[in-house]
Amino acid sequence: MTMMNIANNLQGMGVSPGIAIGRACVIRQAQAGITGETLADEAAVAGEIAHFHDAVGRSIRELRVLMAGAETAVADILEVQVELLQDPMWEGEVLSKIEADKKNAGDAVLEVTRALMNTFGSMEDEYLRARAADIEDIGKRVMRHLRNENGGMAGGGAMPVGGGGRGSEGDGANAVDDSDTILVATDLSPSDLIALDISRVVGFATRAGGKTSHASIVARLRGIAAVAGCGEGLDAIADGDMMVLDGTTGILLVNPAPEVVEQYVEKRKEQLATTRFLQSLKSKEAITTDGTAVHLSANIGSIEDMEQALEYGAQGVGLLRTELLFMQSNSLPTEEEQFIFYKNILVRAAGRPVTIRTLDIGGDKALPYLPLPKEDNPFLGYRAIRISLDRKDLFLVQLKAILRASVFGECRILLPMIGSVQELRQAKTLMAEAKEELTRQQLPYDADIRTGIMIEVPSAAIMADQLAKEADFFSIGTNDLCQYTLAVDRMNEKIKALYNPFHPAVLRLIRSVIEQGFLHHIPVEMCGELAGDPEATLLLLGMGLRDFSMNAPSIPVVKNIILQTNMTVARAVCTKEMNNIV
Amino acid sequence: MITKDYIIRAPEGIHARPAAALVKLTRQFKAVIHLQKGEKKAPLNSLLNLLSVGAKGGDTITLFIEGEEESSAADALDQFFNDLKE
Repeated sequence: MTMMNIANNLQGMGVSPGIAIGRACVIRQAQAGITGETLADEAAVAGEIAHFHDAVGRSIRELRVLMAGAETAVADILEVQVELLQDPMWEGEVLSKIEADKKNAGDAVLEVTRALMNTFGSMEDEYLRARAADIEDIGKRVMRHLRNENGGMAGGGAMPVGGGGRGSEGDGANAVDDSDTILVATDLSPSDLIALDISRVVGFATRAGGKTSHASIVARLRGIAAVAGCGEGLDAIADGDMMVLDGTTGILLVNPAPEVVEQYVEKRKEQLATTRFLQSLKSKEAITTDGTAVHLSANIGSIEDMEQALEYGAQGVGLLRTELLFMQSNSLPTEEEQFIFYKNILVRAAGRPVTIRTLDIGGDKALPYLPLPKEDNPFLGYRAIRISLDRKDLFLVQLKAILRASVFGECRILLPMIGSVQELRQAKTLMAEAKEELTRQQLPYDADIRTGIMIEVPSAAIMADQLAKEADFFSIGTNDLCQYTLAVDRMNEKIKALYNPFHPAVLRLIRSVIEQGFLHHIPVEMCGELAGDPEATLLLLGMGLRDFSMNAPSIPVVKNIILQTNMTVARAVCTKEMNNIV
Repeated sequence: MITKDYIIRAPEGIHARPAAALVKLTRQFKAVIHLQKGEKKAPLNSLLNLLSVGAKGGDTITLFIEGEEESSAADALDQFFNDLKE
């Protein structure tokens, strides 16, 4: 252990959640170099070719041995490497360097793997970029066999990392265990991960890498916290340094003060308890003790959110906000760009229903490339469906993109800020136009796609009986409904306290919307913040709401409430709340 | 020559193990098989080439099967793409 423990804080990318506290174990990789030696004659060429084939053959046999003892996900990685070793393209290039350029087998393998690593390393697709590590790995393996080194990685004797065997059982959540180890490396190859005995490893910190690098995948698979892309700061870490690593925030603390370590020990304990609880609920259906089933979906804005939604056990997407896609672009996303985005979400949802809300900008959300005139009352102004019905060109592009994506899953369209039947009819006319265009272009779409409306303007809530005859479903947006009903701007610090979604005026509107939906046989859902508020769960359940959509992390919390209650309790809560005097 | 279009239904596309399995399957046949997505076309006997095509979930790809045993190769590939879901 070093005498000078220099404290240092690094920021990387959290790639596998959890908090790890332990001692650093630094893995340094030897770099093979190009020798520049060339081959004298044809006999030497033939010899090098045989040498190369022999090394590849031995590498493949070695990988097969490793695969036999590996868990499925790791075996999959190795299977890909076996395939790469037999790849005619890579083999052909190596052979041509030996035959035509008279290079020795080692130099040829190094040059070809480096070139391939550069090609894959610069690819746009994150998965393909991560394949550079596979190519590096097979290159190293073949190099080792070319040099006739059998190394410690030939299966069997795995190299232990960190202190001795596991001490007392349990997860050590309550204290810092000195034999807990955090691996520090430039990157970790699958071979490293299999060869190392990582039973004492609680975290990975890598200089390079991202979410799809091997180290990250293995870390998530085994529930090990990991931070990638820490950069050069990692080089200063020495073996035995005390480290704290947060795989959610990407924070890495080197030799922190004992009080800080204590804080993280506490945080780790809480996280473990929460994680276990959430995991125990993930696959449970949300059903009350007296048998009322509730549908819990997620509000999302990106493919990353979609992943998170599935992790939290969402049964679908009750609200896909399309604003994020528009806000992250430098120009209007084209029909094709939008189509790909919607399609990817639908494919990932794998048959679960996905409700796509058309563009909801204006108010507090503006687009840099679509300047909107400054307004005195932006929330009462040109926004959401009002823009879409005015800028039919933009709206048609979005509708066509959604319609085209609709064949890839269970897709529905949701219109924001509808205030009258007229607006709904206009939107439906444009929808028919979009469908016609697609038919003309012979592009497939779901002809029976359902179109619903947000109920977030009081006029819509009040006229829900008429709207229910023409909309396929309602989705109540409580944030706007509350601010419009109470005439309270929730961003205004001075009157924030007046913003109260539990105000009986708001609750009466919500209940009436649910009733109208019921009377007209259309589904009523809620995607506003109230849907994910655990304090509102019983109330909404009592009102008759059965479809809740919220930010994914709230799902297990709300589910937990539903699992423990029954409708008698929920109705009683509802009656009481509805009659509050404010 | 047989040509066939498929929509990749696996969300991850032809990645990792499915890609390795596809290349392995292709090697069993004498027919020369190419896969095309958009502008990119690659022989299916090379995993590196297949991966660099970058076929993702939802993409439409075209297979070109030519030579001996082309109909049995086409059947086997048909089975493969129909099974490729998740």
